[in-house]
Amino acid sequence: MSSDRASHLKRLEAESIHIIREVAAEFEKPVMLYSIGKDSAVMLHVALKAFYPSKPPFPLLHVDTTWKFREMIAFRDRKAAELGLDLIVHTNQEGVAAGINPFDHGSSHHTQVMKTEALKQALDAHGFDAAFGGARRDEEKSRAKERVFSFRTKNHGWDPKTQRPELWNLYNTRIKPGESIRVFPLSNWTELDIWQYILLEKIEIVPLYFAAKRPVVERDGMLIMVDDDRMKLAEGETAEDRMVRFRTLGCYPLTGAIESTADTLEAIVSEMLIAQTSERHGRLIDHDEAGSMEKKKREGYF
Amino acid sequence: MTAALKPQDLAEILNTQSQTSLLRFITCGSVDDGKSTLIGRLLFETKLIFEDQLQALERDSRKFGTVGDDIDFALLVDGLEAEREQGITIDVAYRFFTTDRRKFIVADTPGHEQYTRNMATGASTADLAIILIDARQGVLPQTKRHSYICSLLGIQNVVVAVNKIDLVDFDEAVFDTIVADYRAFAEDLGFEAVRAIPISARFGDNVTAKSDRTPWFNGPSLLDHLETVPVGNRRLSAPFRMSVQWVNRPDLDFRGFSGTVASGRIQPGDRIVNARSGQATAVKNIVTMDGSLDAANAGDAVTLALTDEIDISRGDVLAPADDRPEVTDQFAAHVIWMAEDPLLPGRPYVLKAGTRTVTAQVTELKHAVDVNTLAHLAAKELNLNEIGFCNLSLSAPIAFDPYDDNRATGSFILIDRLTNATVAAGMIRFGLRRATNIHLQALDISKSARAKAKAQKPVILWFTGLSGSGKSTIANLVEQKLHALGHHTYTLDGDNVRHGLNRDLGFTEADRVENIRRVGEVAKLMVDAGLIVLTAFISPFKAERRLAREIVADDEFLEVFIDTPLEVCEQRDPKGLYKRARAGEIANFTGISSPYEAPENADIHIDTVDADPESHADAIVRQLRETGYLG
Repeated sequence: MSSDRASHLKRLEAESIHIIREVAAEFEKPVMLYSIGKDSAVMLHVALKAFYPSKPPFPLLHVDTTWKFREMIAFRDRKAAELGLDLIVHTNQEGVAAGINPFDHGSSHHTQVMKTEALKQALDAHGFDAAFGGARRDEEKSRAKERVFSFRTKNHGWDPKTQRPELWNLYNTRIKPGESIRVFPLSNWTELDIWQYILLEKIEIVPLYFAAKRPVVERDGMLIMVDDDRMKLAEGETAEDRMVRFRTLGCYPLTGAIESTADTLEAIVSEMLIAQTSERHGRLIDHDEAGSMEKKKREGYF
Repeated sequence: MTAALKPQDLAEILNTQSQTSLLRFITCGSVDDGKSTLIGRLLFETKLIFEDQLQALERDSRKFGTVGDDIDFALLVDGLEAEREQGITIDVAYRFFTTDRRKFIVADTPGHEQYTRNMATGASTADLAIILIDARQGVLPQTKRHSYICSLLGIQNVVVAVNKIDLVDFDEAVFDTIVADYRAFAEDLGFEAVRAIPISARFGDNVTAKSDRTPWFNGPSLLDHLETVPVGNRRLSAPFRMSVQWVNRPDLDFRGFSGTVASGRIQPGDRIVNARSGQATAVKNIVTMDGSLDAANAGDAVTLALTDEIDISRGDVLAPADDRPEVTDQFAAHVIWMAEDPLLPGRPYVLKAGTRTVTAQVTELKHAVDVNTLAHLAAKELNLNEIGFCNLSLSAPIAFDPYDDNRATGSFILIDRLTNATVAAGMIRFGLRRATNIHLQALDISKSARAKAKAQKPVILWFTGLSGSGKSTIANLVEQKLHALGHHTYTLDGDNVRHGLNRDLGFTEADRVENIRRVGEVAKLMVDAGLIVLTAFISPFKAERRLAREIVADDEFLEVFIDTPLEVCEQRDPKGLYKRARAGEIANFTGISSPYEAPENADIHIDTVDADPESHADAIVRQLRETGYLG
């Protein structure tokens, strides 16, 4: 076997491996944020490649809002066990005690407490000085300008005006005690790259990405899956089984399904190639207000 | 949604897509040249804009747009809120689009003068630059500036996009004049290929397809050119280089060296050396999770298993035994300054080159470059966005190639030691001397070399004064201040000397003399090592102070007299020693039962009665700076 095939996917994979290795070599206590989605699946796969035949020298961290799809949690636990990797699961217990949920408190508040605050709690509690995230620059406008190594203050804040210049592949990893860096090894991948890579490398992903009959309710123009009995139906709402799949995974009450019959990777990729709607459309949190992602990131969101 | 693709179509598309290569380019132009509009147009024409994004774009165009009722493509790429309001791009944004032939990563870099650093950032990873020129304006100072930065960062391929050709009535003569002007200017910049194309980003002429409104233009459309221009061959044909990122050691049976092949090609059996030490071995196996490789090429991230156990660690550069990089601790380089605080020659910075991190200082700023005229200007410091040519000296040797031969092994960044900000990007031009320790030769580093590496003039600050006069307090403050400035210091005082080195000495006159003699000798060794040494001992006798002074060079000893009257010391009596001495419990106590010979011509005389220790320490640091000890 030779590496003569200098395809763009090979280049992207090599760049990501380089980034992940830099972090492992230069930070004392890195962690990989594992959200169980397809981007996390690719990031984890690349991390396995980066250190082969060793295992990645850092644990995985999942911030569990308690509202993830059940299939995601099952997949997460099986995957970590199969690979023999350390998995840390963190939930904001204050949020649980306060009964924070996406139905009563809205997506914005729920996300702030159960995701952003929870993430900060977990990073602080373990003293992680670098955290990998699977975000891509093509997802959203403010992401397009974020560095691969994104510096965060002691309070986890991001300041787009004081980002460190990033030249060549020379990453500045120096921080003071208490500060940290968020690292995005998939910065230069697009959604299509992710799917092509999953197909090419035969990476296992959560079945929710494939079309199947699932009980869904139409709410605010989105198809929301009834994943458990915590979801109360409003008057006039009925759950009906429809052929749907998800392009992105998160908290089930906040994640819209799309109608699709694509039940193989090939079918998903061909749907992608003729896609008409960009990916984050399926996520409620970005619709709240213009520039909402930039606001969240300043506050410490991934 | 349109009909699903047939499986055979998909197979064909995937096949094509897995063969596509990657082209990274930057767009440069001044504020109104239409960069963002061009990128937005490319995204639009290659159908990378989704329906919902288009809706958002139409909404934004009405709210922020500058082109009436038309879609303002620039809004697609101007990401952050602040700049949307200002109407200019303030940072580097990366955009992606793809065609059947190539995948593109675009760095949109700002045109405003104060953001040179962002342009350099975008250019550092680009294979090609599109330089936009407004057809109505022609070649402007910023066109020259952008071209110079592209050339400095080693970009070989340039496209001169003469934009807004619609606003000059698609006039061939205007285009020809601009192109001739540009070529005359760019002749000295060393580009391999310059291709000029007349375009209208707003209306799409010659962007993705040839326009029939410029029948006189025989070249390709912009996209056609981007899809076909050959790039990246230099990296593949350069000699093999790999910076070791991580030593891969899962168990005792396997030891591999992980890194990204910076240039060239490597195969099992190839003889390689660790460039720093000169130790040689051969490649046994190229290990990846997908199986062992027959060869690895520039850009591949691999793990090399070697036939011999030689000393290799993170930061080392592997290279062919017969085609090695230079190894040096001094080189000349172009530096682009990226921080608000100016570059100060002599100040130590952290330097990262490849995967190696050392301490570096600029020993000589030879000249600054006027980016508009390329003239060399005399300079004492470099300010934000200025470019200089300078000599650097490192704390340890690194392996490098000149930047023009190899971008990966010829580039570095400088990091501020206190703020950790990335303050400069550097391109190494040539080594100033070969490091003397290659092939494991004996070290021959002189006192002045060590001192130079520390950006300071080694010196002993000999604090003398009565017990309780404040010697230790002030010496400690001085040391803290010097350390904060990045200087390498050490304090010798009763606490760390009496308990170890001089444990065998008591307080008789002879022992006190011997005590001071030993302290003098230790301080001398430390001066030899390049340090600023602070000693805090009563040292009451002129003779021993003279002895300590005489064993080092004239300018390496400064006597600091902490002048506090006996009554004040006795009143303070921090350790209760005066009381015990008065009671006769301590013999030979200076000032009470043993004389203190006050210095007559101290180099630094501190009268402690009129100010606090903090301001005395400041005064001493100031005097050190003024007399040239702090680099």
